Amino acid sequence: MRLSPDQRSALTSLWLAGPATLAMVVFIFLPVAIVAVLSFTDYQFGASSFNWSGLDNYIKLFTSSIGQRAITNTLLYVAIVIPFSVGFGLFVAIGLHQMSTWAPRLSNVMKTVYFLPVAATLVAMSVAWQMVLHPSLGIVNQSLAALGAAPQNWLSDRGLVLYTLAMIGIWQSIGYNMVLFLAGLAAIPSDLYDAAEVDGAGSGWSRFWTVTWPMLGPTTLFVMVVTATNAFRVFETVATMTKGGPAFASDTLVYALYREGFVYFKAGYASAITMVFFVFLLVLTLLQFRVVEKKVHYR
Amino acid sequence: MSNILELRDVTRVFGDRTVLDRVSISIRQGSFTTLLGASGCGKSTSLRIMAGLDRPSGGDVLLDGKTVSGLTAYERNVAMVFQSYALYPHLTVAQNIALPLTMRHLSTLGRVPVLGSLVPGASEARRMILAKVGETAEALGLGELLDRKPGQLSGGQKQRVALGRALVRDPSLFLLDEPLSNLDARLRVRMRSEISALHRRTGKAFIYVTHDQTEAMAMADQIVVMIGGKVAQAGAPRELYERPANRDVAAFVGHNAINFLEQGDGIEIGNSVAGLRPEDLSPDTAGTLSARLESAEYLGSEIVLGLRSAKGTEIRAIAPGDYAVPAPGSELRLGFSPRKLHLFDATTGARLETAA
Amino acid sequence: MSRKILGRSVQTLLLSVGAAFILLPFVWMLSLSVKPRDEIFTTDVHFLPSRFEWSNFTFALTETDIPLFLWNGLVMVAGILVFQILFAVPCAYALAQRQFAGRSLVFGLVLGALLVPFHVTAIPIFLGFAQIGLLNTFWALIIPFIPTAFGIFLFRQFFAQLPSDLFDAARVDGMSETSIVWRIAFPLALPAATAFAIFSVTAHWNDLFWPLIATTDPGLATPPRGILYFRDQESGDNVGPLMAAAVITTAPLVIAFLLAQRKFIQGIASGGLKG
Repeated sequence: MRLSPDQRSALTSLWLAGPATLAMVVFIFLPVAIVAVLSFTDYQFGASSFNWSGLDNYIKLFTSSIGQRAITNTLLYVAIVIPFSVGFGLFVAIGLHQMSTWAPRLSNVMKTVYFLPVAATLVAMSVAWQMVLHPSLGIVNQSLAALGAAPQNWLSDRGLVLYTLAMIGIWQSIGYNMVLFLAGLAAIPSDLYDAAEVDGAGSGWSRFWTVTWPMLGPTTLFVMVVTATNAFRVFETVATMTKGGPAFASDTLVYALYREGFVYFKAGYASAITMVFFVFLLVLTLLQFRVVEKKVHYR
Repeated sequence: MSNILELRDVTRVFGDRTVLDRVSISIRQGSFTTLLGASGCGKSTSLRIMAGLDRPSGGDVLLDGKTVSGLTAYERNVAMVFQSYALYPHLTVAQNIALPLTMRHLSTLGRVPVLGSLVPGASEARRMILAKVGETAEALGLGELLDRKPGQLSGGQKQRVALGRALVRDPSLFLLDEPLSNLDARLRVRMRSEISALHRRTGKAFIYVTHDQTEAMAMADQIVVMIGGKVAQAGAPRELYERPANRDVAAFVGHNAINFLEQGDGIEIGNSVAGLRPEDLSPDTAGTLSARLESAEYLGSEIVLGLRSAKGTEIRAIAPGDYAVPAPGSELRLGFSPRKLHLFDATTGARLETAA
Repeated sequence: MSRKILGRSVQTLLLSVGAAFILLPFVWMLSLSVKPRDEIFTTDVHFLPSRFEWSNFTFALTETDIPLFLWNGLVMVAGILVFQILFAVPCAYALAQRQFAGRSLVFGLVLGALLVPFHVTAIPIFLGFAQIGLLNTFWALIIPFIPTAFGIFLFRQFFAQLPSDLFDAARVDGMSETSIVWRIAFPLALPAATAFAIFSVTAHWNDLFWPLIATTDPGLATPPRGILYFRDQESGDNVGPLMAAAVITTAPLVIAFLLAQRKFIQGIASGGLKG
């Protein structure tokens, strides 16, 4: 039987769009639904059955000290990374943007350097950081000792470890933010600077406040949200350097989800952690979409 | 003579918008037909339905007397030239022209670059394609450009490649969608005669969509004027010019915009509207029409006069180039031959055959 | 004038200090990777070794599974990319250039999927793979990443900008929709494909989360997973080879980045739109 053109066309569309759509449903939407359901059970990997446990998993996450630790650590980590990573990213971008007018080569080399951590394998770099921060063999403590200061246990001091990880998080993301800011700076029309000069805002400082900063406003908002979403997913550095320790001092949501789910096989509880992580990110991502929309309107 | 293509009561609805409303068009074998109309009148949709790129919501499409509504563009063996040329930017001129032939004469396997040469028959087919591409390119003056990419060509050259791609496969019908609208005025005139020559050489039916009535008048032996999704009139250029079926067609066809006069503009026409072309209206001391001169454009061979009737209607008239233009503001008398007067119904706009 | 020079000097100094901080782990990693054992285990600060000890690299490349890890990483990354493109490009083309029932639904699914980070789907996918015995295979590393909403979105945006005449011309020329996708649409989308490939390869070469979950067989370890195996085995006394291994793992992407900086930055920055 010969199919009608409409039927043939519909089959063609199905052949083109169907596989990807099916894959999205099976590997993204179905799992999200399953995770949501599992989070209300006490299911363990490998168990043959499970019981409904209502909100128990969520209550455990928000009331147990370990659960609270993971949440507050993640929030604190994000709170530290955002201002420093965005601030340094902006500072570096403006510096390199200006430098490109009188030393384009140097400016390009520096840009490459700052972007290097974004391309580098984070796990390998974490192993390298471990050696940099090694209590006795690391360059940092060796330098401190040479200067007569007290060496620190950067990765095993409970009070210090999260800040150390945040510092590495900042180290890793400055280059990315710099690139986004450089794009924003390149988009500022140069006649705005000429106008500012004519209006008497000629010095570097007043140029920044009258032209650069207001024009970069939307970019900055966008960069902040992107930084936040990436910081929320911190996992590689934790898994490589601290495994959430010592004593959960550097435990984060994604690491907790990994540990509870795939080390202790508590699928139900890990699903609840997943859902909390998901909601945090969802809010941020929706915020990001709003910001992107704004950015477009602004241009 | 037999019809190569026929649209019968074709209707096309997009959502709640009727783009084509019971359109019937017949194309004779070997004819040059122009679909003429303003943008959005449905002429491009008609062409796409003829090509098989779009399907009618109602009605029938016949190719050589047989219904083809179930056939794809390729199966109908029509060639199409697009307004934007639609050349494949990543392929060379030769590859662009060869593509319809490769699709036809080489199997899927045979098209694979290196492996393909191992397929039986593939190398003969390749040689044949190469020869035909060379022939076509030569005929269009593209011989030197075969290895270029479309990005390196001028507008006129791209146009020729697009024509070459249509020519190379010996189609039953050529469909051209505003092919000259992206060219500058001088090149357009030249390509116009090249396309006409091509039509004569191939002897195949050409269907040519345009919004430019000059192009339509110059090239076509049949013009189909489309207005608001309907066929307003179909006929030879002279027929359209001399006997426009309604007001809108009269307004669309003709180099100079036609004047519409009403009762009180100096002629006795009762409750109808009179159409009078500027070229049929000229200063004449014995003329029956009277109007005040507002402007005069000297064009060398002729002078276009802008006038206003006592009632306030704008009138354009054409005087010979040696006419002594009076001062603006003067009252002029204008004369015309009654045979050139077109009368239209004031409400429907339809031609009234009982004209003077 | 001197004010200007002073300003520039201060600026350059600050930027250099920052750059030094960025380079610190890279330099230390390189430095340790070529230091002899006794110079690693010292408390004096030396960036440069007294002599270059290449045996660390020889050791990492011959006595350990690092080459295997690199190979695994290559297979996984290539597998993911090929399947991602195989699935995403036709779908993106259909979304951008075809009319069909459910088109807005499919596009809605794409936008929805952009909101879901991979971590969220890990538990059910692990469960499912365990059910059908797919864990500890290459497929386990590749399959979950085949549906790429980001890729579909990126390609769709690109295809939507192409004139539809081009595809109509191809239809008149006798191409099937499938060959239009691969012979016309995809070659034209090469810039978008390059950006996507860089994004995808970087993300998956560097990923630790899923390889850590989906495989326990060291024979299937990807470079990041493998480095951790290596480090945990050596329990801290084989620092030189470990650093050499870290250098080897990082090198492919860093070299690629240095060779094609602009494309790399574009590719990774385009991922900023991804949720």
